[in-house]
Amino acid sequence: MAVLLLGEVTNGELNRDATAKAVNAVKALGDVTVLCAGASAKSAAEAASKITGVAKVLVAENALYGHRLAEPTAALIVSLAGDYSHIAAPATTDAKNIMPRVAALLDVMVLSDVSAVIDADTFERPVYAGNAIQTVKSRDAKKVFTIRTASFDAAGEGGAASVSDAAAATDPALSVWVSDEVAASDRPELTSAKRVVSGGRGVGSKESFEIIEKLADKLGAAVGASRAAVDSGYAPNDWQVGQTGKVVAPELYVAVGISGAIQHLAGMKDSKVIVAINKDEEAPIFQIADFGLVGDLFSTVPELTEKL
Amino acid sequence: MKVLVPVKRVIDYNVKARVKADGSGVDLANVKMSMNPFDEIAVEEAIRLKEAGKVEEVIAVSIGVKQAQETLRTALAMGADRAILVVAAEDVSTDIEPLAVAKIIAAVAKAEGTELVIAGKQAIDNDMNATGQMVSALLGWGQAAFASKVEIDGGKAKVTREVDGGLQTIEVTLPAVITADLRLNEPRYASLPNIMKAKKKPLDEKTPAEYGVDVSPRLEIVSTREPEGRKAGIKVGSVDELVSKLKEAGVI
Repeated sequence: MAVLLLGEVTNGELNRDATAKAVNAVKALGDVTVLCAGASAKSAAEAASKITGVAKVLVAENALYGHRLAEPTAALIVSLAGDYSHIAAPATTDAKNIMPRVAALLDVMVLSDVSAVIDADTFERPVYAGNAIQTVKSRDAKKVFTIRTASFDAAGEGGAASVSDAAAATDPALSVWVSDEVAASDRPELTSAKRVVSGGRGVGSKESFEIIEKLADKLGAAVGASRAAVDSGYAPNDWQVGQTGKVVAPELYVAVGISGAIQHLAGMKDSKVIVAINKDEEAPIFQIADFGLVGDLFSTVPELTEKL
Repeated sequence: MKVLVPVKRVIDYNVKARVKADGSGVDLANVKMSMNPFDEIAVEEAIRLKEAGKVEEVIAVSIGVKQAQETLRTALAMGADRAILVVAAEDVSTDIEPLAVAKIIAAVAKAEGTELVIAGKQAIDNDMNATGQMVSALLGWGQAAFASKVEIDGGKAKVTREVDGGLQTIEVTLPAVITADLRLNEPRYASLPNIMKAKKKPLDEKTPAEYGVDVSPRLEIVSTREPEGRKAGIKVGSVDELVSKLKEAGVI
């Protein structure tokens, strides 16, 4: 058995954390080949080759793969699929866009957000916004799945996999890239950060989200938000933590002004230590928090920032 | 141009899913069911395109149990023109897999001559986030998943997508599949007169066999369990106490 793992490559760089966690998730299934596709992908491939547990790296460097469009990347994976029993990717937005397309082209089901690999055919995954965990066995000849990276530790450094070129597949030419709107930030990336500070509806406005950001910067943390805060326009969409946003499991998660809707809890309840600051003593977030502080966030959060 | 909108009947967004004691699944008996929230957004977007004169007809389709007619009536009350119910299961706890659902949707799209499919990005029961992408693969169409803005013009759809790190805008050539993310729009509520009118709108019943699709599952659900619980910790009385507890826990 052999695994083809789609490495997460953005603008020529490997998202090492997501890719290395995915490597750890699949390494028991067979030799792992990481595919790095992009307009520039050689340095990403180089980085992937050093991840422990990677047997081989394939580079598809072509302008076609520069903007992470689903159709050409899916066509590339399908062109390589013959050699592999398992085709996987970390469950990023790119992979969630691409992998179901790959599965349908291969006439197999996709398994999204796999949180545990039991054996070659059997996997665990959360359903119903994380309120239930399903164990599913696939009858398909090839397994196509995405991996919930928060459920796995990252593979270490020290591999020396061979790197070779993969030929580009025919471009389906169905869509074109227009533009990216990416927020530049010096903060750590949300899904791999060791600390995360998130704000919810209680923060009240986009302007007052600054107090969340100040606490985050003091802690060297990434900033997150609840769906309510994003929907209200207090925070950008890619900060959303929850079942339909990002799933995180940092060492420290600080939830500020977040009541704790099921949807949000599904995205952060695997964090090691959870702190909740909320003025409502009955807020459900306190039922899962290790340390709860009942109080006005507008005075407690600046005080906390000051005292750290 | 016709637009096809798949809608799924799922457990209501506000109901907490409970795992059955025997591990056979989630208890759906006597539980409030509603239209999948992402599908409501898809229906709304299709209706807005019709109101803007970009499409002529909005067709809602649902694949599942007979009771999904209620879900289709909701779509009709919101403003869809007609509906197709593909009865593919008898038991409410049978979830037809995205691949089979996608095959049926693709067949309906061909049969109806639709040039656009707008689907919700994910169903809140199986959380698979797959059907729309699979439909576009099966039809050989372009896809624009996780849309937060859609503009249709000159045989193309310009779509802004919610992605890791921010937003991406792409242009897909029609015919295409778009999947709706949370912030695409705010779905309307159906008014009472429109609910009454919806009862008279056409709702056809079909079977998967009529579309030549085999819905046998590829996955076997071995068991369903509750996630590991997390115990409530302690409440601290002050910021100072919080800081000292965090130090004790070794996280700062």
